[in-house]
Amino acid sequence: MSEHLHQVTVSVNGVTRRGEIPARRLLADFLRMDLGLTGTHLGCEHGVCGACTVLLDGVPVRSCLMFAVSADGHAVTTVEGCCDPGGELGPVQQAFQECHGLQCGFCTPGFITTIAAYLEENPKPTEEEAREAIGGNLCRCTGYQNIVAAVLRAAEIKREREAPHE
Amino acid sequence: MSDKLVGRPLVRKEDPRLLRGDGRYLDDLGRGALAAAFVRSPVAHARIADIEVEDALDVEGLVAVYTYEDLPGRVAEPLPLLIPHPDLTHPRTPYCLANGEVNHVGEAVVMVVATDRYVAEDAAEKIRVTYEDLPPVVTIDQARAAERLVHEDAPGNVAARSVQTNGKGDAHEAIAAAPHRLALDLQIERSASMPMEGKGVLAQWDPDDRTLRVHSSTQTSTSVRLAVAAKLELPPDRVEVITPDVGGGFGVKIVHPWPEEILVPWAAMTLGRDVKWVEDRREHFISSAHERGQQQHVEVGFDDSGRLHGLSVEIWHDNGAYVPYGIIVPIVTSTQLLGPYKVGAYRVEFTSLYTNTVIVTPYRGAGRPQGVFAMERTMDAIAEYLGLDRLAVREANLIQPEEMPYDQGLTFQDGRPLIYDSGDYPTMLRMIRELVGWDGFEAERAAAAAEGRRIGIGVAAYVEGTGMGPYEGAHVKVETTGEVVVSTGLTTQGQGHYTSLAQIAADVLGVGVGDVTVITGDTRRFKYAVGTFASRAIVTSGNAVAVAAGKVAEKAKRIAAAALGGGIFPEELELVGGTVRRREDPETSIDLRTVAVLSNPLRYAFDEAAKAATQFAAAVGTGDEPGLEATGFYMPERSTFAAGAHGVVVETDPETADIKILRYCVVHDCGVVVNPRIVEGQVHGGVAQGVGGALYERIVYDDAGQLVNASYMDFLIPFATEVPHIQTAHMVTASGVNPLGLKGAGEAGVIPTSAAVASAVQDAEGLAVRRMPISPSELYELRKLWKSRKEQVSA
Repeated sequence: MSEHLHQVTVSVNGVTRRGEIPARRLLADFLRMDLGLTGTHLGCEHGVCGACTVLLDGVPVRSCLMFAVSADGHAVTTVEGCCDPGGELGPVQQAFQECHGLQCGFCTPGFITTIAAYLEENPKPTEEEAREAIGGNLCRCTGYQNIVAAVLRAAEIKREREAPHE
Repeated sequence: MSDKLVGRPLVRKEDPRLLRGDGRYLDDLGRGALAAAFVRSPVAHARIADIEVEDALDVEGLVAVYTYEDLPGRVAEPLPLLIPHPDLTHPRTPYCLANGEVNHVGEAVVMVVATDRYVAEDAAEKIRVTYEDLPPVVTIDQARAAERLVHEDAPGNVAARSVQTNGKGDAHEAIAAAPHRLALDLQIERSASMPMEGKGVLAQWDPDDRTLRVHSSTQTSTSVRLAVAAKLELPPDRVEVITPDVGGGFGVKIVHPWPEEILVPWAAMTLGRDVKWVEDRREHFISSAHERGQQQHVEVGFDDSGRLHGLSVEIWHDNGAYVPYGIIVPIVTSTQLLGPYKVGAYRVEFTSLYTNTVIVTPYRGAGRPQGVFAMERTMDAIAEYLGLDRLAVREANLIQPEEMPYDQGLTFQDGRPLIYDSGDYPTMLRMIRELVGWDGFEAERAAAAAEGRRIGIGVAAYVEGTGMGPYEGAHVKVETTGEVVVSTGLTTQGQGHYTSLAQIAADVLGVGVGDVTVITGDTRRFKYAVGTFASRAIVTSGNAVAVAAGKVAEKAKRIAAAALGGGIFPEELELVGGTVRRREDPETSIDLRTVAVLSNPLRYAFDEAAKAATQFAAAVGTGDEPGLEATGFYMPERSTFAAGAHGVVVETDPETADIKILRYCVVHDCGVVVNPRIVEGQVHGGVAQGVGGALYERIVYDDAGQLVNASYMDFLIPFATEVPHIQTAHMVTASGVNPLGLKGAGEAGVIPTSAAVASAVQDAEGLAVRRMPISPSELYELRKLWKSRKEQVSA
């Protein structure tokens, strides 16, 4: 018996995407398999590591713990959507390169989305707050020190870029 | 300031791609490929009585189901023993799919191939395997007792027994004759590499030109290629193995061929379809490799100053159910245990034991953390016994810089003599003393005590053999666009090789780092390599890149000299700023890319640039080869030895026994540093794994051999909130065995962490820490034990 398919319409990185998918298709798999957006990575598939974090209407969610059909009618932002409108690296991405906040890069997309959302909430975090902000994402390579530095640097870059030009 | 790129903390070239989500990891490839899933043993030790697959056959989208009975020829044979050793007398390796018996939870029994992973798992769920349970051997104690056997034909559960001595007399006699003696029983528990990306394989068979293309998330694509070719009985030239972006390795991905690396390509050939398997997290826990589990018994003899006269160590090493990677881990423990010290007469004996658990193969540090734990716990025990300062005891035993190169009198894991090439250990300990605030600590302790807080300080030092052979190679080519393409055979999994190797090549060729593209782990581009493990990549491939780039530079000078004319000799030229120019007269120059054009004498001029290189203008000598390119290799005579010392201050909660790291300091010497930013990152990451191994991470099996914490919920990898800020200080003692003076840095951070933390916890608590990791509940129990012991003594 073939699986029943459901229509979904999701705004992904500002583009309306449609799909016909089984009810059990995870949001992460929909993004990766159906839309070819492979920047979102699966590290544990049980909601702990945070590598698959995407923003649902601007709020970080684990895309491995959510069915794609539940995202119907919502807006999703993935790491691919975290670049600046001109296509250059976004503030968080830029800060990660400057601070050496990534090594293998597998967990990185989940950090980028998490931090991008966090800085909307708290544009000028302290070091302690920065560490707390990334406290739900696992990284096996960096020891986090440079990621904490990247959060602080990203806040700076964001302020610089958002400052009104003379 | 030097205009050299080596030594500069450049940002990484590979980052923008990875940061935009444009990385290509294994599961990002092969869209539309069939998916494989595995039925794995749910029991630790059993005979397989029956496998019923009928129910699975009705699942829509199922393509194939395979059991051991379906496997042909060499696919049905046991997997290879990769590193044989004379002392490994009873080697046992697994089959690709279980052949009538399973020896650990997670062993693959049935392979299912379907249209996607959801469907493959649906079908796998419907397969019924009947097991006849056998009693499992779970712990080292059970393995030593040998009341039950893992393999009936491996008596005593012993895979290997090995003894080494250092040729400095009989250790037992030296200990007996020493003024003082101590004995310690120590234990380190199991942990695992646990990269964020598990393993994965994609195989594509081209029936037209009979070529197999395999992508694998591996630390060695060249050796996977040869293993796959051997198993599938294909000429190696018909097999390509490509390592895409890899989401961390830390040792577990050096093992090969994994059953899936044979089965997935075999299925792709058999079915004529692309097949992909991506390991999920639970599979990674129960079927990839673990490490660290050891028991140790140390006996030491020493004098009043704490100087060692003799050291005898017995090690019982848990190697899991099979030994496909040989006995490298206990060999490394046995030999690297000595660290920066002279120990007098040394004898080490290890017994490598089978258990019904996941195989044990190198995890970052590869046996060194256990060895350092033994040595450093011993140093602390001596200091306590003699009432001496712990650093003073260490200083009394150090190898001095003027004694380099220093022969430890042992055979290292590469079969070569264990000779330290260079190092300045007294300076290293002096630096860690200052960095961690050793001398002012008693005042700090008193101040904390006045607030009702309990703190302790610890230190641990290590020496790490890095950059071992047999070799690595590289191909360097200057394109006619001026782009330099560097290909090396070893793989990369986050170490920044695309940048650090580019720095080395750019310096030799006088170009910018932006002009250099580095390709790793692709057997289509470079077929000869060993792999990325044992802190060897920058040492071996780095020197190979320098050799190959040097050959290219020489060739560029030859061609440029001919093209410039006027009787200029190649020796008068230098490569600077993308040009080849006369050293004495920089105006006399030619662009490197033009030299690349000239290097390929053409019959046909298809564009303006090519016109310059037609056979009538060419400057390539008749004895030369076309193309501005060369291949070079570096074959080290033996390993080069890096070193370091860590200092840590912990606070233990008097009530809850919570252990918090207040300060973590690292002194690190990896010889000449190519990219300080990258090295610093490697140290941070290693320390974080070390902190995990000291305080949080352990693999827990129950009595039946079930791995009970096979998830990130229960296997506690530290988050940012658990890893301390790390202060680092670097020293540079250039390697004496390779031209660039490099030593490896990949594993360093993790090696002494458990030993240093144990030292600090013991210092805070005034009780003996003999086993790591240590959790708050274990510390709590330890306190009770010591309290009752003290009461017994006073009563």
